[in-house]
Amino acid sequence: MAKSTPVKKAWRSLSWLAVIIVGLFAINAAGVMWGGGSWTPKLALDLEGGTQIILAPKTESGQTVSQEQLDQAVTIIRQRVDASGVSEAEISTQGGQNIVVAIPGELDDETRNRIQSSSKLELRPVLVAGTPTDQSVGGNTATPEPSAEPTPAATPSVTPSNGSDLAWVTPELQAQFETFDCASTEAETANAAPADQPLITCDDTGTVKYILGPVEVEGANISDATAGMETTQSGASTGRWVINLVFDGQGTKDFAEVSTRLFGLKSTPPLDQFAFVLDGQVLSAPAMNGIITDGRPSISGNFTEASAKALADQLKFGALPISFTVQSSETISATLGSSQLQSGIIAGIFGLILVIIYTLFQYRLLGMVTIASLVVAAIMTYITITILSWTQGYRLSLAGVAGLIVAIGFTADSFIVYFERVRDELREGRILTSAVEAGWKRAVRTIFASKATNLLAAVVLYLVAVGSVRGFAFTLGVTTIIDVIIVIMFTHPMLQLLSRTKFFSSGHPWSGLDPQALGAVYRGRAEFRKPAASLDPKKAASSAREAGKRQTIAERKAAELAAASHGASTGGDTKTTEGKES
Amino acid sequence: MANRMATFGNDLYTGKRSFNFVGKRNTWYIIIGALLLAAILIPIVKGGFNFGIEFRGGSQFVVTSVADASQEPAIEAVASVVPEAVARVSTVGDSGVRVQTDQLTQEQTSEVATALADAYDVPVSEVASSFIGPVWGADITRQTIQGLIVLLVLAAVGMALYFRTWKMSLAAIGALLVDLIVTVGIYAATGFEITPAAVIGILTILAYSLYDTVVVFDKIRENTTEDAVKSKHTFAESTNLAVNQTLVRSINTSVVAALPVAAILFFGAFVLGADTLRDISLALFIGILVGTWSTVFLAAPLYSQLREGEKDVVKHDKQVLAAREKAAAAASADAVTA
Repeated sequence: MAKSTPVKKAWRSLSWLAVIIVGLFAINAAGVMWGGGSWTPKLALDLEGGTQIILAPKTESGQTVSQEQLDQAVTIIRQRVDASGVSEAEISTQGGQNIVVAIPGELDDETRNRIQSSSKLELRPVLVAGTPTDQSVGGNTATPEPSAEPTPAATPSVTPSNGSDLAWVTPELQAQFETFDCASTEAETANAAPADQPLITCDDTGTVKYILGPVEVEGANISDATAGMETTQSGASTGRWVINLVFDGQGTKDFAEVSTRLFGLKSTPPLDQFAFVLDGQVLSAPAMNGIITDGRPSISGNFTEASAKALADQLKFGALPISFTVQSSETISATLGSSQLQSGIIAGIFGLILVIIYTLFQYRLLGMVTIASLVVAAIMTYITITILSWTQGYRLSLAGVAGLIVAIGFTADSFIVYFERVRDELREGRILTSAVEAGWKRAVRTIFASKATNLLAAVVLYLVAVGSVRGFAFTLGVTTIIDVIIVIMFTHPMLQLLSRTKFFSSGHPWSGLDPQALGAVYRGRAEFRKPAASLDPKKAASSAREAGKRQTIAERKAAELAAASHGASTGGDTKTTEGKES
Repeated sequence: MANRMATFGNDLYTGKRSFNFVGKRNTWYIIIGALLLAAILIPIVKGGFNFGIEFRGGSQFVVTSVADASQEPAIEAVASVVPEAVARVSTVGDSGVRVQTDQLTQEQTSEVATALADAYDVPVSEVASSFIGPVWGADITRQTIQGLIVLLVLAAVGMALYFRTWKMSLAAIGALLVDLIVTVGIYAATGFEITPAAVIGILTILAYSLYDTVVVFDKIRENTTEDAVKSKHTFAESTNLAVNQTLVRSINTSVVAALPVAAILFFGAFVLGADTLRDISLALFIGILVGTWSTVFLAAPLYSQLREGEKDVVKHDKQVLAAREKAAAAASADAVTA
């Protein structure tokens, strides 16, 4: 009865592991069939090539772009690209003027938008709202120029008291508003106005045009932005995607002020509305239904899940200091020839064979458990990485391949730690089955502690670092988790089962767990202290050496000789020396 | 041999055979100190590290309207002008070739442009040259360093909580810094290019170094706490025994981890000539060896030294030595009477 429990447990673990692996394969199979997955992981830029996009800054003639602005833009673009997954894009400046972004794979509209748009968010109060007239739409060939010109309105005759004061709407502004053509907002920098001036613009579908007051809260005051489902007050989801903003201290204060003022104008619409303006276009202009003092408004608009997430990332990482246009977008080949990957794989296989030989040499047939564990780990790693490259956009670079090869060492170490503990228990005179359990109890603690260190490294670097370092952290984290799963659910159960076979339990010399070779047969557990005691004089000599650590080498040598010839008396010397020192 | 290794492990376990890692620490300190000094001095003498263009930026040439956009002519063309430059070549679109090299002088730039035009049989006007900024920008470096600092602090706190002594954290972090400095020093000494791949290799080593130290320290913790009061060993001896007991594991792990990397480094890089692989596997190879052995030769002795001054430890060590003296005296008395 008692004997069958570990066996049952072992079989249960192995079955669960099989279920997990089959489950992973099923997930990937589903991905291949319905979700655009694949049976091979996607490769990174260095191995597969991708698309190279050259971004040129949109500047007025004569305006120059400073290196500082470019660097800042590179940083922001990198954060935006990183936020979309672990794809390891390469981003750099070129000729002190352009930004070059190389991404693996094809460039889709979403990524293009994510990289390119400046994403400058402004919150402005609505002064006038109206529907665009057919006449102005038709007239876009006649007068696109004046409306495209971001002319600030003439100074109001009465100084407006606040952002919602209709005194902002001067006759000139009203006239501009009448002729304003929503189609022109598509054109470049049509609808920009200084932050302290009113702005004429349309919403992003071109169905409503607005005169908006000066900027009340800026995008720079956003401390976080996330995409989520809109919920009603009762907490039910409406199924619409919104972007939830969190303002910083200043933003919260400003927004609370605007919110109070607009709520007070409830009776005179559209003055109770405020507009979220992104790059000059109104995303949404909701009415203020209450006073918001916690600085957590949300933006609704015509979002899909993907566009809401992309915009949330853009807002979170801030607006680009300058706008860019895509100057060229071309496919680019891998920077490392295919020969490099091939060399890597050949060398990796060569290395694995060496590991197998060494392991068999060291652990005899027990080494087979290591090899089987490594094979299971490899299968699991492969399928996990394939799934992640489908769901998370993970891509395998050459550095990643090298990381996986090093992971062999990390993974094998769990087995080595475990096997050595089992051997230690055998040396103490235990029989194999109990040695396996006792060794496991000690080993698992060490394994957890050391793997936790690795996981910590992975998580911290993933959260803090950017670019390729993030990809590395991801690989480290994945392999560490798989490693722990394997040692608990495969290696240990295998050893539990094997320890009950005659071959291993009889301590066959080829089992790698031969108690005789491990020196356990000569003394029982009770006698174990004996060899330890017999070594004491030697140990004493070694402490004499420690005590003499401040002596010269010659003095120490002499002391050692003395220790060797009169072991007993040296023990005494040591004591007195140490006593004096402390 | 395997049998001998098992016997060896057995002897190490019981203490029949023992390497005095803790006792001879001053010797190790001197050797490690010399290594550190070399690792710091060599880059200074050599005038810094050989950073790749990913860090420094460089020159870029784009050849357009090329009939055959293969990579070899470009590599040869660059080598004919600047033999020591490493050219990164990729094809752009159907008929373009992009060549990136280290920053070249004005003169070299025009020479390379001419050579490229010749190599691809196009007029020089089809070769555009410009400066390309670093792909690994200052922001990545800054974020990585931030990440490292957060990691080291968290790891130190985590280890201090797990082992219930901050001294283990201190010794582990000390060994880690040594690993890092020595590995980086090797890059300066060999003149290998520091590429993003190499940095990632160094980060892997950092994780490995901490990992290895935790494995050995866990055994030390077991030996020094589980039967601390009734132990017949002094603190230094217990520590040393733990290091010896995990020695077979240290040897096996460093061999198993280093073998595939060594295969990539020697076979992949030198025989097959894969440069990027060479850059990353050098860091990994050196790091794995240094990472494993710095635990044995530095972290453990350092930890023992930090603890030996503690009141309880001193008291226990005294008792052990006194008991030992008594036993020895009795033994010699026996010998006299006999």
